[in-house]
Amino acid sequence: MAAHLVASTISLRVNGQTRSLTLDHRTTLLDALREHLDLTGSKKGCDHGQCGACTVLVEGRRANACLLLAVAQQGREITTIEGLASDGELHPVQQAFIDHDGLQCGYCTPGQICSAVAVLDEAARGWPSAVAADVADTDVRLDAAEIRERMSGNLCRCGAYVNIVAAVSEAAGGRA
Amino acid sequence: MREFGYARPTDIAEAVALTYADAHARYLGGGTNLVDLMKLGVETPSLLVDVTGLPLGQVEETAGSSLRIGALARNSDIAVDPFVRGRFPLLSEALLSGASGQLRNVATAGGNLLQRTRCAYFTDVSKPCNKREPGAGCAALDGEHHNHAILGASEHCIATHPSDFAVALAALDARLEVQSEEGLREMALTDFYLPVGDSPHEEVALEHGELITAILVPAVPAAARSRYRKVRERASYAFAICSVAVVVTVVDDAIHDVRIALGAMASRPWRARRAEAALAGSTPSAGSFAAAAELELEQASPLRDNAYKVPLVRELVVDSLCELTGVSR
Ligand SMILES: Cc1cc2nc3c(=O)[nH]c(=O)nc-3n(C[C@H](O)[C@H](O)[C@H](O)COP(=O)(O)OP(=O)(O)OC[C@H]3O[C@@H](n4cnc5c(N)ncnc54)[C@H](O)[C@@H]3O)c2cc1C
Ligand code: SF4
Ligand code: FES
Ligand code: FES
Repeated sequence: MAAHLVASTISLRVNGQTRSLTLDHRTTLLDALREHLDLTGSKKGCDHGQCGACTVLVEGRRANACLLLAVAQQGREITTIEGLASDGELHPVQQAFIDHDGLQCGYCTPGQICSAVAVLDEAARGWPSAVAADVADTDVRLDAAEIRERMSGNLCRCGAYVNIVAAVSEAAGGRA
Repeated sequence: MREFGYARPTDIAEAVALTYADAHARYLGGGTNLVDLMKLGVETPSLLVDVTGLPLGQVEETAGSSLRIGALARNSDIAVDPFVRGRFPLLSEALLSGASGQLRNVATAGGNLLQRTRCAYFTDVSKPCNKREPGAGCAALDGEHHNHAILGASEHCIATHPSDFAVALAALDARLEVQSEEGLREMALTDFYLPVGDSPHEEVALEHGELITAILVPAVPAAARSRYRKVRERASYAFAICSVAVVVTVVDDAIHDVRIALGAMASRPWRARRAEAALAGSTPSAGSFAAAAELELEQASPLRDNAYKVPLVRELVVDSLCELTGVSR
């Protein structure tokens, strides 16, 4: 078997800053963030893509950081929960989660919020979801059924779903 | 997880050469299945050849309103593509019914087709599994098999293929374009997935190192109607326990063309060819749909805990056909 290098030096743009890291190839993006960059906001729930607690934005798109290899993210722009507020001002989705009590223990919350930020963007682009009556319809309205479907990749063991839907709904411009 | 090398070629020939050169190399698409299986110790590659830098991400209309999906196109990008939504809504429906927004953003078209079974014994290396370790036996036969196959299985393996996308593609007569060291070749998606027989570890007609470069979907008749329907144990973010993709064209009150593919029923997307043959040329009615479904399901071999799938898939086929042809049940 050919011998391969098992570690690489990569650079990532994390929350607007360039970070250079030498990592074993086995390191996931989630472990790189938490263990190497001390950004512990992104949570490890299942480590298998099944819960959404590790959701971050990669080039503005939501993804499960636990299934991404850090080495494969070379040069990419990563936004975590720590990078959503700007100038001391919470992101509107963060504020909506506070206003609607969209959490109990808070473990799933960073993932929920990152996911919701992306949901608003996807809806603005006219992306359909599985509950669309017609997938060709580009006029997307984030009603409760749409929010539940689009947020289904984020589980909450505390069952704070009712308030999570209310928070996302308000952030989407709807009445809670 | 075992240590491994990593390469990210930008040239297709280079990617293929790297993988041919190392019998334990694997292509890395989005990694949403492969990285998971590496964590579980099911996959132990020596080298990952990351193909996401290859120029194979396009989703495009080709001659005669046909569709070409680059193998590296992300599941989300395929599902939201305007041409796909307008002309192949079946594909959007199937993709959007799978996994989650996060996973679809990362998962590639090629990786989706090559995702491995979710059989719990396959992913648990402490259990006997013929698919993982030929000759070891099959723990699911007498074990937990409520979501295992009722069609085309063998005593060597009863696992199902978990992809929704592949079921829709099977109903659309899709073809795959594959790059080997010698050149490009093409095959029907339904020939790509191999029958189980006594070699459940041989799943697809792909040699080590061959790279899927594109999925080719022929145009559907303008009058065709289609639908992807999926049943699962919770409303979203779950694999199918039963799914049906139907494309049907009715002309002068007769079924001119009908294609039915079943998901979560077999080791591969199952084209219901017997049912299709029975329906060709017939007048749409709930009775003829039920008879056709029954004919297909004569081949079913339900197990101790998955016999519920027989009436479930029958009803879903009948219901989908009724909806699409405007016939009342
Ligand atoms: C929690 C969870 C829920 C899910 N639910 C669903 C669901 O409901 N429905 C569904 O259909 N799927 C579901 N999935 C599976 C998901 O769709 C697949 O993991 C994904 O499509 C795989 O794509 P990928 O690009 O990440 O593949 P990878 O993990 O990168 O690759 C998978 C395999 O394909 C090989 N490969 C990749 N690209 C190529 C290529 N171009 N040529 C040759 N070989 C290649 C790799 O070597 C590997 O063996 C779920 C996954 C998770 C984790
Ligand atoms: S059903 Fe197939 S995959 Fe599951 S344990 Fe048996 S041989 Fe393995
Ligand atoms: S920790 Fe990534 S999905 Fe659960
Ligand atoms: S608030 Fe506790 S898991 Fe969601």
